[in-house]
Amino acid sequence: MKRRDFLKGCLISGAAASLGAASKSWAVGSFEGYPDAMGVLVDTTRCIGCRSCEAACNKEQKLPEPDVPFDDQSVFEHKRRPSEMAYTVVNRYEEADSKNPPFRKMQCNHCNEPACLTSCFVNAYTKTKEGAVIYNGKVCVGCRTCMVACPFNMPGYSYSSAFNPLIKKCILCYDTRLKFGKPPACVEICPQEALTFGLRTDLIKLANERIRETPDRYVDHIYGEKEVGGTSWLYLSKSSFEQIGFDTTLGNEPIISNVKEFLGMVPMVLTIWPALFSGIHLLATRNKDHGDDHHNHSEQEDGKK
Amino acid sequence: MKKLIANGATTVDSMQKAPGRNWTIMEKLFLGLTPQQYIGQAMRNPLNWIFGIIFAIGIPIILGRFVFGLSWVTHSSNDYAWGLFLGFGLFGMVPLSSSGFQLGTACEVFGRHDLEPIERLGLLNGLLGYFFAVVFLMCDLGQPWRLPYPMVVSFGPAAVLFLVAWHVSTYLSVQIAEVSTSFFEWIGFPAGKRAIKRITLGLTVSGIILSTLHQGALGALFTYAPGKVHPLWYSSSFQWLHFFVSSLPGGLCMVITVSTIASLTMSWRFDKRFKDNLDRITISLAKGASMGLATYLTIKLISIAHDNKWSYFATGWGQWYLVEMMIGVIIPMALFAYAIRNKHMTIIRFSAFLVVIGIFLNRLNTALITFNWKLPYREIPHWREFVISLTVYCIYIVVYRFILYRLPIFYQWRTQEELAPAYVTEREQSLRRAEAIAP
Repeated sequence: MKRRDFLKGCLISGAAASLGAASKSWAVGSFEGYPDAMGVLVDTTRCIGCRSCEAACNKEQKLPEPDVPFDDQSVFEHKRRPSEMAYTVVNRYEEADSKNPPFRKMQCNHCNEPACLTSCFVNAYTKTKEGAVIYNGKVCVGCRTCMVACPFNMPGYSYSSAFNPLIKKCILCYDTRLKFGKPPACVEICPQEALTFGLRTDLIKLANERIRETPDRYVDHIYGEKEVGGTSWLYLSKSSFEQIGFDTTLGNEPIISNVKEFLGMVPMVLTIWPALFSGIHLLATRNKDHGDDHHNHSEQEDGKK
Repeated sequence: MKKLIANGATTVDSMQKAPGRNWTIMEKLFLGLTPQQYIGQAMRNPLNWIFGIIFAIGIPIILGRFVFGLSWVTHSSNDYAWGLFLGFGLFGMVPLSSSGFQLGTACEVFGRHDLEPIERLGLLNGLLGYFFAVVFLMCDLGQPWRLPYPMVVSFGPAAVLFLVAWHVSTYLSVQIAEVSTSFFEWIGFPAGKRAIKRITLGLTVSGIILSTLHQGALGALFTYAPGKVHPLWYSSSFQWLHFFVSSLPGGLCMVITVSTIASLTMSWRFDKRFKDNLDRITISLAKGASMGLATYLTIKLISIAHDNKWSYFATGWGQWYLVEMMIGVIIPMALFAYAIRNKHMTIIRFSAFLVVIGIFLNRLNTALITFNWKLPYREIPHWREFVISLTVYCIYIVVYRFILYRLPIFYQWRTQEELAPAYVTEREQSLRRAEAIAP
């Protein structure tokens, strides 16, 4: 009985694993985001580092009061990253000969094929058809694989909470705004119109237009159009993207492509191993009398297949 | 313990204390000693005092972790999500526990009955290693009480971790079943033992499947972070193979290491069969381990060549990589080659220990030391993280020792039938004596 139960469990998990593998391999390379996915275009050449987006985000997401007020520019002395305290931060990137150092707002980029989503073993993440990557804290176990998987290092974790620590990241104001067709709080408040909200496909066209119209103002690249399979947040920049803190070595393949080789191997092992090893057992113990009852087992095992 | 045995104390190795009288559970727990003798031998062991000090500091800190949260005990951050608990505890202990399926396979599937004396140690080593890897995981998870969620509440079947969760949990139950034969013998429940015996092959083959997959899956977890794991430790195609293949010598060498420590500290528990066969078996295991190491070295080199990463050897990371390979793979291979040929047991055991260190170093390198190599700062674990890791590891050692002292792992349980003739003759003798006195 025990073995039957076990084999059943094995089959279920194996089937689940192989199904997962199969559905992923169909998705890889073909999924380019939902057609109606929204996005935000960030024109870093327009950003003046006023931090009003940070303030708006803080208010909208009801985050705790920051240690340093939002009108304090001293935060630019150090590079910051999103955390449980702030879902978005703006950093300043120094350039030796420039009086107008570039700023860059960062937050979850809402990938088309999010690494966090594909790495989550309780399916806590969802990519909505509006383009947001949202998170269900009710099922999160707290393994933090999503944080390891995120190529942009965006998710934060509330380590300080003992009883309900959760992933904290931008959800594109999904619950309060995006769901109702409204732009995220940060976009709405931006005084420089550095942030543009719209259909992702339209934003790519808009970005290309800007590059074509004023080629001196931009490098000819939209960060996020293709990176790790494309992201909902898109960036334009005057200086090279490495200079404003982007990782330009990520490539265009979604993260899950790297895992595919392992996932593809799983069904093979599940199929071949039992036959192979019980076969070897039959050969190895053939015509030998070990004074035990192993032969009976192998016959039983064979009957199963 | 040795002194006690020399002074006439008997050890429990069968159901019967004396003809016609069985050991009680309490007597079995006390190893057949009186409570005073038992406590006395425990107090005389300096290691117990060291454990006592570690537990006195460590256990309150473990409890504190669940009251004050993770940030109280770790420096795990938004950039370094995983710390020592996973890097050392989970990723380090699981490969060293592959002994269970390897010795199970060798004995039950390949019919290598010459390895049987050590099979049970291999199985127990596997079970405990996995169990404590899960304990480490529980310390690390944000909400450990939700650990069963991937099984019952919410499924993310495309995730590698989903596979790990299912496989580790099913494999744990397989291993409990495999080890339970010795427990059934000890407790005196032969029906249970027979039931397990009947499904041994099924359990063993399932063990191979589950082990292959989740040893590999632990490696595949890092393929989610291609930009973060240093290229020398990362390979999209080979990552799972690296983890799986290195776990093979890892598990075998862990068994050699444990049996070495046991032969130094608790040889009283060995029976003649184990004592006589240990050297021969150690050599067999070392041969297996060298083959594993050779394969591992080959695929490590192929993966470097495959992605053309030779230039990284010129950096500091590259030298660190070479240090790891020297300690864990190349030096042990050379030592094994020499020592197996000359049957030099000390060197074999020492190189097995090196391999164990090498496995820990490799997993720590992948998960922690070289992780986020592009970031300007390295995470240094919090001192409480070290204390918790040490405490959990010491609990592991204490539980390991507790079981080895009692269950028939190093010795064979003498069954009723084996005892019976002696019992009968003794009874006959006493009858005869009675007859002799009677007239």
